[in-house]
Amino acid sequence: MDILRFATAGSVDDGKSTLIGRLLYDTKTVFEDQIDAVTRVSKERGDEHVNLALLTDGLRAEREQGITIDVAYRYFATPRRKFIIADTPGHIQYTRNMVTGASTADLALVLVDARKGIVEQSRRHAFLASLLQVPHLVLCVNKMDLVDYSEEVFEAIKAEFTTFASKLRIPDLTILPVSALAGDNVVTRSANMPWYEGPSLLHHLENVHVASDRNLIDVRFPVQYVIRPQSDAWHDYRGYAGQVAGGTLKKGDEVMVLPSGFTSKILAVETADGEVDEAYPPMSVTVRLEDDIDVSRGDMICRPQNRPMVAQDLNAMICWMDESAQLKVGGKYAIKHTTRSARTIVKELSYRLDVNTLHRDEDAKALGLNDIGRVRLRTTVPLMCDDYSRNRSTGGFILIDEATNRTVAAGMITEAS
Amino acid sequence: MTDRPDYQLSQLRVLEAEAIHIMREVVAEFERPVLLFSGGKDSIVMLKLAEKAFHPARIPFPVMHVDTGHNFEEVLAFRDYRVEQLHLQIIVASVQEAIDNGSVSQPPDGTRNRIQTPVLLEALDKHRFTAIFGGARRDEDKARAKERVFSFRDEFGQWDPKNQRPELWNLFNARIHLGESIRVFPLSNWTELDIWQYIKEEEIELPSIYYAHNREVFDRNGMLYAVHEVCRPKPHESVSVQRVRYRTVGDASLTAAVLSDADTVDKVIDEVATTRITERGATRGDDKFSEASMEDRKREGYF
Repeated sequence: MDILRFATAGSVDDGKSTLIGRLLYDTKTVFEDQIDAVTRVSKERGDEHVNLALLTDGLRAEREQGITIDVAYRYFATPRRKFIIADTPGHIQYTRNMVTGASTADLALVLVDARKGIVEQSRRHAFLASLLQVPHLVLCVNKMDLVDYSEEVFEAIKAEFTTFASKLRIPDLTILPVSALAGDNVVTRSANMPWYEGPSLLHHLENVHVASDRNLIDVRFPVQYVIRPQSDAWHDYRGYAGQVAGGTLKKGDEVMVLPSGFTSKILAVETADGEVDEAYPPMSVTVRLEDDIDVSRGDMICRPQNRPMVAQDLNAMICWMDESAQLKVGGKYAIKHTTRSARTIVKELSYRLDVNTLHRDEDAKALGLNDIGRVRLRTTVPLMCDDYSRNRSTGGFILIDEATNRTVAAGMITEAS
Repeated sequence: MTDRPDYQLSQLRVLEAEAIHIMREVVAEFERPVLLFSGGKDSIVMLKLAEKAFHPARIPFPVMHVDTGHNFEEVLAFRDYRVEQLHLQIIVASVQEAIDNGSVSQPPDGTRNRIQTPVLLEALDKHRFTAIFGGARRDEDKARAKERVFSFRDEFGQWDPKNQRPELWNLFNARIHLGESIRVFPLSNWTELDIWQYIKEEEIELPSIYYAHNREVFDRNGMLYAVHEVCRPKPHESVSVQRVRYRTVGDASLTAAVLSDADTVDKVIDEVATTRITERGATRGDDKFSEASMEDRKREGYF
């Protein structure tokens, strides 16, 4: 069994909660006591139907206001796969939440209402999925029961969305006609749409191939922690612990440590269970080197012929996430990139992007909450990084306000020098 | 657990790698971490992961137990056994002591769930712990489903669900001011079934009460409580010996057993895979009071 992480996005009325409720219910992930509680609360509130949104909206304020505030994580499994859903609300803080959910997602699931077709929000969600380089996108055309399961309606939406998506970087796009309420094409293929020959949503989620989405070419091992046991038995032991961010590492490989540039060979790659033949993402391992060289947290182990950029000047797309402050040229922040922390200053704001029209506003003076823009940063120390499109782990970073300690932005490196 | 050819990891290995990454990140960034260890299954798994994360070095932080005084003997014995085996330093924050010295008072119904929180907060403060590992999982409760892996707490130990730091990729914001702290949940993405499958694959020892055994129990509000010095049947509640096991282990006056024949880890996995009642719903009197009782307790500083 492997894991598929997916992010869902949608607005209040397009049936996202119903769809998730359906997936959870039909895979027997919703329990009797949860259904009992939701049924009771729905009745007390005077809701006409059992409100499946109550399964996921757990906070007091959400129940009171009937809205979803934050990213909620849901879990279900089939015999083939474990699924982690990052369920992001469509209306409030949509960009911040969707970007958060999409950052770790293998797949993004966007819903549209078959009666309304592609709306502004559908485009925005698709754009954010492509910005965060989510490798697989699924568009569910929902409420097919309300358009008489019409193939024409579905084909028109499909054509419109495909045209739009061709302007984005979406490696794999799948479009499905479903009815979350009636269960058509959610878990099993629907008899109501004989014209549709593709898989059900669950079948697609179970089978979409995600193993090759990882970068297994460029060796990237950010050193997270140095293990030095203070015991006689392990007196000379010095292990570099971390999570593999790219490529594969094995005993005997020639490696280079950045930023120092020292080279050595891998003496062993190990875990607490012993040596491993080969380490690859996302394994957490400990690497030992043949030579006693100076390596510490924040350093990057790579191959001498395949190195990341070592840069203090970065171009990046920024998603601003803080409501109490704005990003401006000259602003200084703490930056966290892989296992390295530094300080950075905003040298230039190239443009702010309108996520609905993709228009670039080059006169923008600041980025506010949920704004996306391109900036040029200078850091106090070099970062060992890759283009985000090549490696999400070594291309992504966060900015932290040094006074409030709030995480104020997510960044994706587009080029460095 | 063999890894499949095409560089694919099983779901348990992915979860393990994630948890180990989180633990190493905490030790690298915080001066005074501590791990909450009760002898319950989730904290046992968490301790196992800590052991792996820093091997061959010892676990580089102490463990702490908030002891309500309402314990299951087997669990307490297991706690001490693991602590000794791993050469850990243990800090016990005693609710009984806090009651005796008057810093908290026991509610009339005798339950101690709510008064654990001030005892926990006082102990964290006293030892100046800045990062506290907890074994909570997001599948346990709706409020937990929205909590971060690094969950920020203000100087009162409070959680503010509307003001959480965004958490992206595997980058965790560890910055805090003096007096503030971070609760860290390495098992966030694990489900009850993942925990049991991991226990099986790693051959992790557990206190015996997690497996089916005969015990004197009585029915209260549809739940089966063990006869215990802190949990006595009322006159109308009849006691019988039943074959039961515990799905969760907490305060003995609030934690119920479930009828079960699962006396091996394989049988427990089958049972967990087919059960139709959630873990906390089946076994915790404390979560039944209101739809948002977990959220309310978390806001006050509970795990």
